[in-house]
Amino acid sequence: MPKELIHLNNLSKSFDGQMVLDELNLKIHENEFVTLLGPSGCGKTTTLRILGGFAVPDAGQVIFDGKDITHVPPNLRPLNTVFQKYALFTHMTIAENIAFGLKIKKKSKAYIQDKIKYALKLVNLEGYGNRMPDSLSGGQQQRIAIARAIVNEPKVLLLDEPLGALDLKLRQEMQYELIRMKNELGITFVYVTHDQEEALTMSDTIVVMNQGYIQQIGSPESIYNEPENAFVADFIGDSNIIPATMVEDKLVSILGFRFPCVDTGFGRNRPVDVVIRPEDVELVAPSEGTLQGVVSHLIFKGVHYEMEVMAGGFEWLVHSTVLHPVGEEVGIRVDPFNIQIMNKPESEDEEAVAIDI
Amino acid sequence: MTNALKKIYIGLIIFFLYAPIGTLMVLSFNASKARTKWGGFTFKWYAALFENEEILSALFNTMLIALLSALAATLIGTVACIAMTGMKRRTKSIMMGITNIPMLNAEIVTGISLMLLYISLGIKFGIGTILLSHITFNIPYVILSVMPRMKQLNPSTYEAALDLGASHTTAFFKVVLPDLTPGILSGFLMAFTMSLDDFIITHFTKGIGVDTLSTKIYTEVKKGIKPEMYALSTIIFVTVLALLLLVNLSPEKKEQK
Ligand SMILES: Nc1ncnc2c1ncn2[C@@H]1O[C@H](COP(=O)(O)OP(=O)(O)OP(=O)(O)O)[C@@H](O)[C@H]1O
Ligand SMILES: [Mg+2]
Repeated sequence: MPKELIHLNNLSKSFDGQMVLDELNLKIHENEFVTLLGPSGCGKTTTLRILGGFAVPDAGQVIFDGKDITHVPPNLRPLNTVFQKYALFTHMTIAENIAFGLKIKKKSKAYIQDKIKYALKLVNLEGYGNRMPDSLSGGQQQRIAIARAIVNEPKVLLLDEPLGALDLKLRQEMQYELIRMKNELGITFVYVTHDQEEALTMSDTIVVMNQGYIQQIGSPESIYNEPENAFVADFIGDSNIIPATMVEDKLVSILGFRFPCVDTGFGRNRPVDVVIRPEDVELVAPSEGTLQGVVSHLIFKGVHYEMEVMAGGFEWLVHSTVLHPVGEEVGIRVDPFNIQIMNKPESEDEEAVAIDI
Repeated sequence: MTNALKKIYIGLIIFFLYAPIGTLMVLSFNASKARTKWGGFTFKWYAALFENEEILSALFNTMLIALLSALAATLIGTVACIAMTGMKRRTKSIMMGITNIPMLNAEIVTGISLMLLYISLGIKFGIGTILLSHITFNIPYVILSVMPRMKQLNPSTYEAALDLGASHTTAFFKVVLPDLTPGILSGFLMAFTMSLDDFIITHFTKGIGVDTLSTKIYTEVKKGIKPEMYALSTIIFVTVLALLLLVNLSPEKKEQK
């Protein structure tokens, strides 16, 4: 594991008596791409602002490289931020924007010129130095904002939904560019988004947040395949979240039907939630299924068909490349490896699932 | 309505609006002193104007007061705008209301109130009192033209400057102020014009022996109308018109860049 760079230690913050962050703990390592993911209002921006020095936590510390920087002003922190709304200086040319931080640090003219050229090349906007920010498209402005931050060679780059305003195609392009930059520059990225696909594509580590609490920290694979609670499962992509009972180790009763699974250690006859991803539900002939049902909805989604199957009193969401027309009787089967058992969430999380964003 | 009718209609409006001023301007070039007879084209009234010591000193006073009061009001108004952005919404709208009152208030009321205030405070009337009064009524105009700019300001640009290593002062002067400049500039021009243009408030706060152009014209006209006054009025009108055009055009030009 690379060196630990940032430690957010028990951060708490409230605005007007409303708790926004509640004893948040997070460690970020060198050259890691960490994404804060969560629904609107869960405290992502607040966390980032505390990290950048634009907000002071009510309690807790920000430790950077072993030093407490909780009260260090933003201009003295070795971090740079890319703001959600670009925040380019509209009365300066692109080159002047990029040079801003370097001029303040009193770098030589030649050094600044070199850096501008290098940064424009890095973001694929060579030759744009003399343009005004207004004359650039949204995606280009965002890339300039990134260039402006990167020339300062920060140890950490903070990005607050930098791609939020871009269209799908441009967003995907920028995702690849950001990953490339991270690999080329060796900078630690702390990235904020509420788009789960973006988080899965780009991150080394995803931090799923809800209502000021961290729900789960893990790699994209572990977050997707082994969500720890119903909130995470529901937030990361479509899924079937079904109340169930753990009969014994490796055997779970879902809707009264017994499914073999691989999880152990939940005890006997314990109520749990199971998560089954729609692509993991296999539709087979009725006689071969663990339980039987009828297809009730069918939508063509491009890569696959999305179907809903009424079985055992539950509407199962199913993704499959094989078409089963509405009204067809089918059997449902699930591979034991694809059944993810979760503890019942605490009441607070339950509330959050009900809001469902 | 047909196009021709429309044009006639607009023409009539402009005629009635500008006929009096037009007459004045024509008369200022009239060689004959009589108001009803054209005695040939001349610049002599303008020449006479610039030989008249009293008028020149009034012109100097007017310019000095306009410039100083506009500068002071611009400074105070801009700082007030910055302070107001930091306020809570309610306090802010109350403050905005308070600053707007002098503008809506009848000028004669403002003039008399200021006069009474100076008397009760024992301040000697003169250029100083005129200046103070002009600063007072100019501040709302500055606030009114800077505030919209302030609202458009993207608050993250200030934070972005800090983020890139700028101190609070540097961030303000390098990033925030340039964004406000068009508003500040048009506020300044507006204030300058208003000061140049003012008669009533100046009349009540000027004291004896001190005159600006507008009060000078008033005293001269009381003695009997002289063609020099036509020339002077024409100059004031043209200056104010030019300034107003400048105020109205300058923000747009900046925008289109
Ligand atoms: N300066 C502030 N004053 C008062 N309340 C605030 C302030 N900043 C944030 N909040 C509140 O804190 C909560 C969390 O806000 P935050 O901006 O961190 O959310 P977020 O996760 O970034 O959401 P989004 O995805 O919508 O950007 C919200 O309920 C918000 O209203
Ligand atoms: Mg946010």
